Amino acid sequence: MAKTEDVAIFERNVAKALGDGQLRRNLRSAMATMSQRRRTLFADTEAFEQLRTLGQSIRRRALSQLPELLEQLEQRCTANGIQVHWAETAAEANAIVLDILRRHGATRVIKGKSMVSEEMHLNHFLEEQGIEALETDLGEYIIQLDGETPSHIIVPAIHKNKDQIAHLFHERIPDAPYTEVVEELNAIARGELREKFRTGDVGVSGVNFAVAETGTLCLVENEGNGRMCTTAPPVHIALMGLEKVVEKLQDVPPLLRLLTGSATGQPITTYFNMITSPRRSGELDGPHEVHLVILDNGRSGIYADPERRTTLQCIRCGACLNHCPIYTRLGGHAYGHVYPGPIGSILTPQLKGLDEAGVMATASTFCGACEEVCPVKIPFTEILRMLRNEAYARDESEHEVQGHGYRYTTVEALSWKSWALYNTSPALARIGAQMLSKFGQHLPMIGPLKEWTRVRTPPPFAPKTLHELAQQRGLDDDR
Amino acid sequence: MTANARENILSRLRAIPTHGRYTVPEAPVIAGLALSREERIDRLRRMLEVMHAEVQVVAAREWLGELKTLLRTRALNGLLYAPATPLGAVLEAAWEEGLPPLVPYVEPVEQCRESLFTIDAGITSTRGAIAETGALILWPSVAEPRLMSLTPGLHIAVLEAEAIFNTFAEAIDRQGWLEQGMPTNVLLISGPSKTADIELTLTFGVHGPKELVVFILQ
Ligand code: SF4
Repeated sequence: MAKTEDVAIFERNVAKALGDGQLRRNLRSAMATMSQRRRTLFADTEAFEQLRTLGQSIRRRALSQLPELLEQLEQRCTANGIQVHWAETAAEANAIVLDILRRHGATRVIKGKSMVSEEMHLNHFLEEQGIEALETDLGEYIIQLDGETPSHIIVPAIHKNKDQIAHLFHERIPDAPYTEVVEELNAIARGELREKFRTGDVGVSGVNFAVAETGTLCLVENEGNGRMCTTAPPVHIALMGLEKVVEKLQDVPPLLRLLTGSATGQPITTYFNMITSPRRSGELDGPHEVHLVILDNGRSGIYADPERRTTLQCIRCGACLNHCPIYTRLGGHAYGHVYPGPIGSILTPQLKGLDEAGVMATASTFCGACEEVCPVKIPFTEILRMLRNEAYARDESEHEVQGHGYRYTTVEALSWKSWALYNTSPALARIGAQMLSKFGQHLPMIGPLKEWTRVRTPPPFAPKTLHELAQQRGLDDDR
Repeated sequence: MTANARENILSRLRAIPTHGRYTVPEAPVIAGLALSREERIDRLRRMLEVMHAEVQVVAAREWLGELKTLLRTRALNGLLYAPATPLGAVLEAAWEEGLPPLVPYVEPVEQCRESLFTIDAGITSTRGAIAETGALILWPSVAEPRLMSLTPGLHIAVLEAEAIFNTFAEAIDRQGWLEQGMPTNVLLISGPSKTADIELTLTFGVHGPKELVVFILQ
């Protein structure tokens, strides 16, 4: 059976990541630390469970009235003086941003951390238009210097250690001395960026929560770069996925607590920045224009299915990454898409289609760790199972995920048919089981068996089948 | 193009029947903290200190003395302040020789960008604070602009002990944020700016202030 291309690429990435000892070491300690911090903050499991249920309820309530809330958000924002734009695709969103930049003759854009902008590949797009888009979050700044993309949605440069960053700064930043002292590295970045904050033409940011009730955009951060980008330049452009809206102002406190606690184990970040309008008359600072770009890019397709819709509850805390046995061994780049880890595994195949990203749904052991820690209780395993099924499902009417059935092959369909026959015919099953007990050890190691046994010892077949053992114990043979 | 985008997106979202299969779980009512006044002060102080803020709880008539002592120990090129606020008036009346010059923020940022980015310290009032998580509430205004608490390396914040709430939710409620309408910008601030982006090593003073000093006035 020929592998589809996405599978082949993913397998190559996995082999590369697993073989990278440095990467594995960098990730191991970081992920353990992040998980530990989260555990300490939410030590009272009962209280945490309550908070989680509240978070889930708030996100579901918002999604259950999504079109109405988006309209309300638009209306309130507009009344506050924020200009609202809608984009169906990443390309449309990029065009909207470019149009705003052109109108202001902007050539220097300073950016706060935004996963949606990664999804849009905004930096790359702007670069092609001759516009400098500078990442200002320290982690993002580091990887941008190295021409990389984030490997984690909260700590984007977590795959690098300080020696690697020391070399990078020394090589890429003019006059930067070589130092492995974290404080000094930090100071180098601060110095470089301060001038950019002072002179940037336009600031671009993401949005953590958008409050429909008041038309307020909320941003969570520690460094102050987000505040710089949204306060210092004359124009601010905020980018949000359409699922980021919440209904009420009072929905914000519990979500904020869940977000910062799950992400980094902090009771709150250094800054929680709530923006409701551009500079009002008489005010001395703040941007004269604030734009909000609401992006669909496949989300309304996810919304269509009530089970899969739970994917949109995500508040992008990254806890599922930190606790995932696969992510913590591979890091984010191996996934080959913007959103890695468990959330990436359920989100990306739905955003991009199974034919393009379906392999991500296979990157799970079904251990359920993600489901246990997710602050808004997304039912990962259910969604993963569904996506995996759809990868093989050809029937049009039943299946909605774009690209479903891309892995359907006649050989595989036939195999499953035989499997079903085997299991529904007692006589066949008996003969088959006896054969396997006797000759199983001598099965030729070809195809998937060969692959599987390449790094594993095949276990011996039991002399008796489970069915026989159960009969011996006198268990009911129902069916 | 974008006018269509709006209609297309909204009609796609509206077209979806959920058949009651998408459930919204009941929201549990979570009892917030209910601390006494003293406990709130104490908790706020502890939480802010963990985040490397320096906190001084002082009697209202003594705080200016403490502020002056603090400023005298440092060689600062100036203290940015908001002259049209009650705090500004207090500072002007109390200012004296040997202290860093008071620098008023009175012009639009376009005219004073350079000095905003080079001044060493800024002092602001606060609208309140949150004991639970440890955070100050800043409510920038025409009189007290947004960059005052951001560009200087040292941010000094003055807080009335009466305005410390148990939780964020309580502050929103008791201060009537909804009723009076949200200002251009509200900020919760829990310490000096920080990052842990390199090997999760926590370092303070990135793009925002390197130091936060909070005077809690009793
Ligand atoms: S899926 Fe849940 S755990 Fe993962 S990033 Fe989103 S909210 Fe956090």
